Amino acid sequence: MSAVTPLGLKFDHISHGYDIGGSLLPVLENVSLNIAPGEFVALLGPSGCGKSTLLRLAAGLETPGKGQVLADTQPITAPGPDRILVFQEATLFPWRTVRGNVQAGPEARGELTGKTDRVDEALRLVGLENFGEAWPHQLSGGMAQRAAIARALVNDPRLLLLDEPLGKLDSLTRLNLQKDLIRLWQDRGFTAILVTHDVEEALLLADRVILFSPRPAQIVEELLVDRPHPRRRDDPALIALRGRLLARLGVLEDV
Amino acid sequence: MSDISERGQGHYASADVVPFQIWRGGLWAALSWGSASAVTWFLPDVIQWGATGGFAILTGVIALVFLALAFLVTPARNPGLVHYGPWFIVLGLWLLIWEVVTAKLGWLPKPFFSPPQGLLHVYLSDWDRLLLCIAYTGRLWGLGFFFGISVGFLAGIGLGWSKRFAYWGMPFLKLIGPVPASAWIPCAFFVFPTTFQASVFLVALASGIPVAILTASGISQVSRSYYDVARTLGAGNRWQVTKIAIPAALPNVFVGLFMGLYYSFAVLVVAEMLGAKFGLGWYLQFNTAYSAYANVYAGLLIMALLCAGLVRLLFVIRDRLLGWQKGIV
Ligand SMILES: Nc1ncnc2c1ncn2[C@@H]1O[C@H](COP(=O)(O)OP(=O)(O)OP(=O)(O)O)[C@@H](O)[C@H]1O
Ligand SMILES: [Mg+2]
Repeated sequence: MSAVTPLGLKFDHISHGYDIGGSLLPVLENVSLNIAPGEFVALLGPSGCGKSTLLRLAAGLETPGKGQVLADTQPITAPGPDRILVFQEATLFPWRTVRGNVQAGPEARGELTGKTDRVDEALRLVGLENFGEAWPHQLSGGMAQRAAIARALVNDPRLLLLDEPLGKLDSLTRLNLQKDLIRLWQDRGFTAILVTHDVEEALLLADRVILFSPRPAQIVEELLVDRPHPRRRDDPALIALRGRLLARLGVLEDV
Repeated sequence: MSDISERGQGHYASADVVPFQIWRGGLWAALSWGSASAVTWFLPDVIQWGATGGFAILTGVIALVFLALAFLVTPARNPGLVHYGPWFIVLGLWLLIWEVVTAKLGWLPKPFFSPPQGLLHVYLSDWDRLLLCIAYTGRLWGLGFFFGISVGFLAGIGLGWSKRFAYWGMPFLKLIGPVPASAWIPCAFFVFPTTFQASVFLVALASGIPVAILTASGISQVSRSYYDVARTLGAGNRWQVTKIAIPAALPNVFVGLFMGLYYSFAVLVVAEMLGAKFGLGWYLQFNTAYSAYANVYAGLLIMALLCAGLVRLLFVIRDRLLGWQKGIV
């Protein structure tokens, strides 16, 4: 697969909230974050703090209440196939086969002709080459999540937004997919933002880890993980960073 | 793909060697149909019905077929046939009893109950008129049903998808929807120039309204996250309607189609009884007026088979289109 021109992303003083039962629930408060083209950033934070919301803003599914999100200096106003979000739930279309799901993007944009080997390739990348004709309800949770990743990759996104894509997987599949993610990111050079609950996963994959406070989310910590890939989880530098993050999270959870 | 299909075939592999076995149900079915045939042939009728000999021969032939099948068929290889064995036996017994209490003993009141050969006689002597009636009914039903479900489906999509369409359309549908289509009969016959057009309209109304309601509710229930996925993949409105909204709502649409199918039968027969010059409903009505009850039963049987056949057909279509659903098929 070919490399892409990665996207640079800038959250510029974002505040966002939701209307719940008539009153405004603040979710993000004055969040500013710069993500360089080709960078791999992990977002950590307590449940319900607004991580998924941040990804939805980057994908263009919602427009922020205040501030703006810039993709290479252009404000994001609508979703676009160069910024693909892999949702927290796999959300495969149950009425399409796995192959039908993976090719949904090119098909919807009318670009499917001549792309069928790309679809095969994406299926192979996530280890589902024998399940192209299966229905989503015939997949395990982990397989469904991998199919969702294939559905994203086939579009050659310049920015890949991953919302806890590995949360449901068993630890072995998880380790393999982590390796695959890193390999894909290195090969194709997209920008990646990964939301995760797993401190170790964040440290193994990301160039930078951002830690959020409970809702309304603010950035409370930024860690640079300046270690080459492939990383080992028993790397003393990573262990030190992990201690720091866990301590910070522990403090947050006591609040 | 190969993975899945190979796994599915595994347990058929060793079905080759099966020891010779008689299909016992076939023997019993031959016996029950054979006795129906013998009773019909040898005992005298209390009055003339016509086609008595024909009925005896027909049941006799069927008995012979069961006898042959009992020896020719390997039960283990024909689970379907074996499954229905008890039904074949009971059907023969039922014909036997029916024959005895009507034609042979005359126990049931005479003009109202016809023996089986009475029905056979109707099919043999009145088949051309019955075929014509089937054609008329088929034309009326086909036009009404397909017109109704097409309009209902399109209206349902509009109502489920577009807020503005729903704002103006939903109150109408909510007001008109619960009214039984037969309530429109008086004004339909008055508004339309011909009774045929009025009948088509009534069938269309009966089948279209449930389809419209269920399509609309199906589409409005589609989870927002499917649209979110489609939008991030770069899908436009049109793709979202045809490739997300409609397939996601299809299970609901089929509920509406089944309801519409049943309602269409109900209103179809009533409309034919009221104003038609041909058709199965008319046939029932006409023959009841002449106390030709054998013809009424013959017509009813055809109607039952046609309606059940259409319902079955819709099930087959649904299973093909909704094969992706868990638990179906
Ligand atoms: N569509 C919505 N309407 C109303 N409130 C919402 C909506 N989406 C999210 N919220 C609220 O916004 C807050 C943040 O939600 P979000 O999904 O971004 O959290 P999260 O950080 O991803 O949590 P988790 O780690 O559990 O997935 C939650 O309190 C949630 O109730
Ligand atoms: Mg989330």
